[in-house]
Amino acid sequence: MLYFTRWKALGIILTALVVCLCAVPNFFPEATVKTWPAWAQRHIVLGLDLQGGSYLLLEVDSNYVKKERLDSVRDDVRRTLRDAKIGYTGLASKGDGVEVRITKDADVPTALSKLRDLSQPLGGLLGSSGQRSLEVSDAGGSVIRLVIPQAAITERVRQTIEQSIQIVERRINELGTVEPVIQRQGTDRILVQVPGLQDPTQLKNLLGRTAKMEFRMVDTTVSPEQALQGRVPSDSEVLQSASPPNQPYVVKKQVLVSGGDLSDAQTGFDQRTNEPIVSFRFNSAGARKFAQATTENVGQPFAIVLDNKVISAPVIREPITGGSGQISGNFTVQSANELAILLRAGALPAPLTVIEERTVGPGLGADSIAKGELASYVGSILVIVFMLVTYRLFGVFANIAVMVNVAMIFGVLSLLNATLTLPGIAGIVLTVGIAVDSNVLIYERIREELRGGRNAISAIDAGFKRALATILDSNITTFIAAAVLFYIGTGPVRGFAVTLGIGILTTVFTAFTLTRLIVAAWVRWKRPQSVPI
Amino acid sequence: MTHWVLIGLGILIAVLTVVSALGLLPSLRIVPDDTHFDFTQFRRISFPISAALSILAIVLFFTHGLNLGIDFRGGSLLEVRSKSGPADIAGMRATLAKLELGEVQLQQFGGPEGVLIRVAEQPGGDAAQQEAANKVKAAIGDSVEYRRVEVVGPRVSGEFLAVGMLGLMLAIVSILIYLWFRFEWQFALGAMIANVHDIVLTIGFMSISQVDFDLTSIAALLTILGYSLNDTVVIYDRIREMLRRYKKMPMPQLLNESINSTLSRSIITHVTVTLALLALLLFGGPAIHSFTAVMMFGVVLVGTYTSIFIAAPILIYLGVGTIRGDQVDEPKKKP
Repeated sequence: MLYFTRWKALGIILTALVVCLCAVPNFFPEATVKTWPAWAQRHIVLGLDLQGGSYLLLEVDSNYVKKERLDSVRDDVRRTLRDAKIGYTGLASKGDGVEVRITKDADVPTALSKLRDLSQPLGGLLGSSGQRSLEVSDAGGSVIRLVIPQAAITERVRQTIEQSIQIVERRINELGTVEPVIQRQGTDRILVQVPGLQDPTQLKNLLGRTAKMEFRMVDTTVSPEQALQGRVPSDSEVLQSASPPNQPYVVKKQVLVSGGDLSDAQTGFDQRTNEPIVSFRFNSAGARKFAQATTENVGQPFAIVLDNKVISAPVIREPITGGSGQISGNFTVQSANELAILLRAGALPAPLTVIEERTVGPGLGADSIAKGELASYVGSILVIVFMLVTYRLFGVFANIAVMVNVAMIFGVLSLLNATLTLPGIAGIVLTVGIAVDSNVLIYERIREELRGGRNAISAIDAGFKRALATILDSNITTFIAAAVLFYIGTGPVRGFAVTLGIGILTTVFTAFTLTRLIVAAWVRWKRPQSVPI
Repeated sequence: MTHWVLIGLGILIAVLTVVSALGLLPSLRIVPDDTHFDFTQFRRISFPISAALSILAIVLFFTHGLNLGIDFRGGSLLEVRSKSGPADIAGMRATLAKLELGEVQLQQFGGPEGVLIRVAEQPGGDAAQQEAANKVKAAIGDSVEYRRVEVVGPRVSGEFLAVGMLGLMLAIVSILIYLWFRFEWQFALGAMIANVHDIVLTIGFMSISQVDFDLTSIAALLTILGYSLNDTVVIYDRIREMLRRYKKMPMPQLLNESINSTLSRSIITHVTVTLALLALLLFGGPAIHSFTAVMMFGVVLVGTYTSIFIAAPILIYLGVGTIRGDQVDEPKKKP
């Protein structure tokens, strides 16, 4: 137990040294570290609870996705049957699917085969499983039922999330924040972390809107008052104005040009009224559509609709063929700016809801760092003094091992680019308390062996041999707890699990190698007759 | 100030290190070398006490309940700090009462300027929680600094509770399996009973003290689980060793020897853990105060007691060493 070959000793010292050195980048300012080679840049990331910032968990509304899918299936059915000139009645969504009754029994087989063409194999990995996007069946009584299977909805939600993440990324990048984290979580959630953001109100405003922009014609055949009394033409609907006073508009359902055809949007000021405006530019397809629509409808009002609210409804004075225009609609500078960002980034495929929010101000973060530091120093000092008083020379050995241990924890954390949180600091302090336990186990065992009548060297040897098995057993149980915690925890709690788990690994490493090496070196040097323990 | 204290302590350590290295300090024995306390006999007292305390804890859990934090109950939590002088909690309470947001709790937090505002979960799903938090912010205005704002919707809080409980179960089961592999099944079962005992008592403590029961409490419980087992495993390891070495020693005596010979380690380790936790409790700030308080109770008070007075003696009842053919209640005799 006390014999090390030269190479082994060197290997142990080098390993410990290299791991400790990994922590070095943390002691230099970020700007300096950035100039180093990439492999040397790994460093610990401070958690949002320490550096301040906002954490948002967004969920895509899967019911909305489902409803939208049902609506589009219904429209497809209508179009298909109309194109095939098959008479039908009672087309409606029912539960997970759409039902339609074919007027003539003889048409049912044709209708079935036409509608089956709407069903496609699901893409991706599911494509090979034989799952399809629709299950078309004859429900009897000349009713055809089209059911959207759960797998198709799940796939749809997955696609929605993928698209949403890109849009969310673009919107957040427009805010000019530093190193935001945007990740998918589970099947229908997006996690957003923005370090340093003090007030997430603007962020939530940006993410909480789908920003579906549409240019549609205002229906002038009925007045809004008449429409509110229930006389809405079937191809129109009543929409409210986006800003107070709440004013109803009757707007055609047909979309002339949508926000997807925008290529750019910027804020500016109206030259006459000096009000904030948003100017936009269409791509070539959008410009063509817009030119055609405005040419055909000179003198008529059209509505600029955002998320089913009318921003403004100007009258077309002359054809707009240049492919650009501007929106003025009671904007403040901030709301104009937000709209421009939203239009540039594009529309979300489905609304996102904030289901969890945690924001830490910079003041609290700085306080937490200071308190965590103080607690770590005090905790370490108390433990170090106690070990010195209890074990004297062997206490010095233990303290060296503990200090290397802590340095190694920081090294591993840096290597993993791990996140350090306040509970994580608590985990390190706790590890200091626990790390000496391995030394205590060894030393107590040595004391016992000495009492049992062994000579110094054989007692030390036996002490190590017997204690190491126990150290391994007892640490594995704690490691299991830390692993479970890592698996279930999020944010700060996960930070605790990380430092705890890494602390256990480094503790076992130092107990098995470093402490042994130090004691072995001392034994070789001193050839002790008695052990001062 | 703190810098000077730290520098002073650093010098103290340096001096102590030199003095220790030179062997000038007297050797400290926290537990005298020839301790032979009859721990197994003590089970006649410790088992009823533990049973009574566990029942009390369970009763408390069902009558008094836990003070569920927003992680598990949903709702909003705002930590604010007055920008000018002590916070006017009464005034804030009156302002917030007008918002009609249901149960709103205000509490001084981390000094006279700090206030912790808790708003209960609002009916109306995830968006309603956001609205409530915004209303609170609008009502209080800019006279305070918003140090922390947390809003947890009903769906997430439900999941947290389920995941937390699942995590505890998962940890217990996986540790059980590990112990089963490494020891005999009786040891695994004994450790489990001790473990559940720890958790039950700690939950009782959380019920009495009404600390916030949130995700960090689950972390604290898991840590307690890990360390209490750490302790138990050390004693079990020794019991196993003794079982192999002394084939004829009666079980109660063997357990006693095992506990006594690891006693010094148990106590020293707990002193060091206590010192570390004490530092966190006193200097770690209000954010991790309840976290460390729970761990202090669980690891230090319950964990140590359990491994010594419950986990080891219970092996007698679980039939470890019965093949030796000795009576369970055989009076202790010196070999």
